[in-house]
Amino acid sequence: MSSESAHAIDQAIDQAPGHVVHADPEAGKTGMWLFLFTELLLFGGLFLIYGVYRSMHEGAFHHAAAELNVAMGVTNTIVLLTSSLTMVMAVSSLQRNQAKRSLGFLTATLALSATFLVIKYFEWSAKHHHGIFPGMDHLHELPHGEGLFFNLYFMMTGLHGVHVVIGMIVMLVVLAKIRSGAVHGGSYGILEYTGLYWHLVDLIWIFLLPLFYLTT
Amino acid sequence: MSNSNAAAAKPHVLPDGLFVMVWVALLVLTAITVGGSVFFPGKIGILVAMIVTPIKAALILMYFMHLKYEKAGFVAMFLVAVGILSIFIGLTFFDYLLR
Repeated sequence: MSSESAHAIDQAIDQAPGHVVHADPEAGKTGMWLFLFTELLLFGGLFLIYGVYRSMHEGAFHHAAAELNVAMGVTNTIVLLTSSLTMVMAVSSLQRNQAKRSLGFLTATLALSATFLVIKYFEWSAKHHHGIFPGMDHLHELPHGEGLFFNLYFMMTGLHGVHVVIGMIVMLVVLAKIRSGAVHGGSYGILEYTGLYWHLVDLIWIFLLPLFYLTT
Repeated sequence: MSNSNAAAAKPHVLPDGLFVMVWVALLVLTAITVGGSVFFPGKIGILVAMIVTPIKAALILMYFMHLKYEKAGFVAMFLVAVGILSIFIGLTFFDYLLR
């Protein structure tokens, strides 16, 4: 038997009704958590840089933070917290074999993530309009501490934004897989791991809010 | 079949009502943090954020990320990661603040 036909048979067995897929959910979850720890240390390092510079330039950090739009930051927090709720509901729905409901919640999560990015875009455009953007002369002319604050702001919210974009791409893939039936109530690991990742993205934002928007 | 397959067949699913309650709690805690910084700017506002933000993080970790219901090994792994981060941050601050 060629390896190709053997593979086809394997696939047919895997997709047969009532067949238990030989996956180890605990191993998958362990791997996902290990990855999340590296993310924690990545952002942890940036929080550390923020902490040290803030202790050295306390006045400048407070002054610069006043420039940020608190309403936009808080709105985005509410949007992300809500997206975490819809994400966890998408996972629990699929675990209860309610694929349609799960798809609905996943679509809502995607819509909320897009809303987050749109608000972020308007926020950054407003900063750019005032000459506060990495590489612009005005940013370089600001007092040293304020320049540090804004560079950290763009670096940390930017890296967080990249995580949001990656999360959305993964969500789209999972969405397609649920639609095609490859991910279902008996095999939902990929959705569960996407959920874990998304909650971490939410978790990091929760710390970014007081550090940048509420320091005045 | 092994235990892990049995676990996959019967996952531990929390009720939706609990998730909604956690979400409401997160929104209320956010309001407290924002309120603290608006009405008590300065030390008190920062103190409120420093107390409330970890509580929000714990709620997300325990319920949304299911850590409360995982085996002890997951919690131990998490505490090791947070412990390493705390050592990093703690030692760096000892250096910078006591120079």
